Amino acid sequence: METNQYLEIFIDESKEHLQSINDRLLDLEKNPKDLAIVGEIFRSAHTLKGMSATMGYQDLSNLTHKMENVLDGVRNEKIYVDSDMLDVVFDSVDDLEAMVMDIASGGTGERDVNRVVALLQTIENKETAEVKVAGHQATNKTNVGNPVELDEFALAVLEQSSEQGLNNWIVRVALREDCLLKAARVYMVFDVFEQAGEVIQSTPAVEELENENFGTSFQVLFVTDDQADNLKNKIMKISEIDDVHISVFDVDTYTSAQSDRDSPSSLEQEEKIIAKQGAGKPEEQSTAPEQKGKQAANKTIRVNIDRLDVLMNLFEELVIDRGRLEQISNELDHNDLKDTVERMSRVSGDLQTIILNMRMVPIEQVFNRFPRMVRQLSRDLNKDIDLQIVGAETELDRTVIDEIGDPLVHLIRNALDHGIESPEDRRQKGKPVTGKLELRAYHSGNHVFIEITDDGAGIHRERVIQKAISNHVITEEQAVNLSDKQVYELIMESGFSTAETISDVSGRGVGLDVVKNTIESLGGRIEIDSELDQGSIFSIQLPLTLSIISVMLVEVQQEKYAIPLSSIIETAIVNKRDVMHAHNKKVIDFRGNIIPLVFLKDILETPQTLEEDDDYLLVIARKGDKMAGFVVDSFIGQQEVVLKSLGDYLSGGFAISGATILGDGQVALILDSNALIK
Amino acid sequence: MFMSYENVQQVKVIVFQIEDEEYAIPVHHVGSIERVMHITRVPKTAPFVEGVINLRGVVTPVIDLRKRFGLEGYEQGGRTRIIIATIEEMDIGLIVDGANDVMDIEVEAIQPPPEVVGRIEAEYIQGVINVGQRLLILLNLDKVLSREEVRELHEVNG
Repeated sequence: METNQYLEIFIDESKEHLQSINDRLLDLEKNPKDLAIVGEIFRSAHTLKGMSATMGYQDLSNLTHKMENVLDGVRNEKIYVDSDMLDVVFDSVDDLEAMVMDIASGGTGERDVNRVVALLQTIENKETAEVKVAGHQATNKTNVGNPVELDEFALAVLEQSSEQGLNNWIVRVALREDCLLKAARVYMVFDVFEQAGEVIQSTPAVEELENENFGTSFQVLFVTDDQADNLKNKIMKISEIDDVHISVFDVDTYTSAQSDRDSPSSLEQEEKIIAKQGAGKPEEQSTAPEQKGKQAANKTIRVNIDRLDVLMNLFEELVIDRGRLEQISNELDHNDLKDTVERMSRVSGDLQTIILNMRMVPIEQVFNRFPRMVRQLSRDLNKDIDLQIVGAETELDRTVIDEIGDPLVHLIRNALDHGIESPEDRRQKGKPVTGKLELRAYHSGNHVFIEITDDGAGIHRERVIQKAISNHVITEEQAVNLSDKQVYELIMESGFSTAETISDVSGRGVGLDVVKNTIESLGGRIEIDSELDQGSIFSIQLPLTLSIISVMLVEVQQEKYAIPLSSIIETAIVNKRDVMHAHNKKVIDFRGNIIPLVFLKDILETPQTLEEDDDYLLVIARKGDKMAGFVVDSFIGQQEVVLKSLGDYLSGGFAISGATILGDGQVALILDSNALIK
Repeated sequence: MFMSYENVQQVKVIVFQIEDEEYAIPVHHVGSIERVMHITRVPKTAPFVEGVINLRGVVTPVIDLRKRFGLEGYEQGGRTRIIIATIEEMDIGLIVDGANDVMDIEVEAIQPPPEVVGRIEAEYIQGVINVGQRLLILLNLDKVLSREEVRELHEVNG
């Protein structure tokens, strides 16, 4: 089977299923008795198994199958959910994830999973040993003629109906050998069934029956309040029916028998199952109801982000032409033309909003990996953590989403490692033993805020200052005048760590300075608030989208450049007389601060054409606490522009962070003021 | 590079002109041929990088082939064109003095480059083709657009 065209869908869906398994496993840990959750996990695993087998990824399918066996044991209450068991399942999910990632990056999805398989096997074997006795009894008790495969949706219906006093029957209908129109008879029989009750399942499936793909008999699982004799008579009235046999279906007996059959005690049996699934047999069990639910839940299609970029580019062309049209219509002063152009402008404005919205994805995509991470970390650190996630539905531009994950991981690790105290410490302080960690996202204006709040030890002001001084981040004189916030922000300076001892957790990865840099490179800000022994809040402010930014357009000689508004404090005009010299550099006094002047025309090596004026036009920009005044030749004004990459060929260039296309169709470069302020 | 023409007898090339020489590049590398439009200079790049243009919404770098070949920079005339070449899914514009022709050339007619042809360095040249009275120089675009040289320059300045 040619599967390449399905690869992308396969990868996306596998990731979704793995994520859902992850999420539900965490739920299960909290409610180990809730078998509905196990059912959901099982279904996801089952679908994943089917998909990977169809796509020919044997290792993936095999491991999923092993995991599924364990889950099945849980579902049938043969295996009890505990942390050890969950650890193994989580481990196998990790392996599955690694395989899917490997496939996504063009690999074969092969992986040595012996260790996890062995562990799963151990859990499973424990189960089989226990089940054997029960299973033995079950086979004696069972009155099911032909084995039926049921999903838990059907089981739930059956259970409920027997609770309500309805009858669950297995009805076996045999047609006469010489029956001519089998499908027609089947239809008539089903007609009777539908009048009398509800058909839960038929063997073979209805479709097969309709295609006359069966011998002379079939059986249905049937829920009704009718009497057995009554039903039998009704069916027998249909011609060409040979025999009707009705037996009682007992859910409990079925469940135990099922688990007995499903948990293969010998390797041989297992191989058969794998072989069967490997051959890409249609998934008869649980997939159907799930897919139905999915369709109802979200009507979406996946679109490659590159295509959206193309759409965006084309749209900008349209906007540029719109600008020209507007100009022409103004010049011609023709009413109809004016009306049309105005209407077109409105429509294209709406269109722009829609295109931008298409790039928005809920931050859930980033957040949903954290519950699992927090679970693992809290176990590693022997801390009790209660993680709350608020506002996961908050939407952000895809480009921001891709970048924000790693900084958040680091901040959460930081909160767990340095923020929340050990259970003993917390008890001594009179706090609840379980530490609270809250992850919150919300919109405000043109920004998204993400807050990470913990109720841990908070930041020790004096200790931070001491460390900062000893690490030469600040001098003692500077330390005196710092506000609390400024002190807290010191921990994000490079080379700073508040950990007294370096733990396994803080040992890996990057420092908070990298977090700060990443966030600032996204055009965002991070602030820290903290109270000793009450906890800390790390608050991140991010722009809604990276693809559109506000800039100040300026002219340097006769070239146009854009300076991101986020780094601009204000613009100023300074007379040459007020320029001072320090260290052979030109500086000015700006509200009590001595700030250097940066002559853009020299740095950008623009061809000199203009005469120098008596006044300098300045754009005062900042990078953290540092400021500088960029000398330009004229201000054009503030504008929203669409950010474009300079492309591979020129990327990494000097002090240029990108480009944009102006209304007249020309390209203007965007200055990276961070690179210009040393 | 000759390897790639092993199974075909003919290659379709775009023929263009720089000073008095005629050059050729395989047509599958060419996205489009544009008239000269406004080029935005990008500071501190290699001298032959003329800048960037807005190619239907995509910011595309443009190289002055004359400077690349060590000649004087281009002077815009009525025939000056920007050939948009695609290499490894990357679009780059090449400024040429004129795009003359599309031709089918016999692969057999491609001869290895002589030591020195005209004034340009031989490493850019994949071969020469003699078509009647015309001598076409088949360019090795990978070399002409060498990213390394652009990158090295960044490292020096950056």
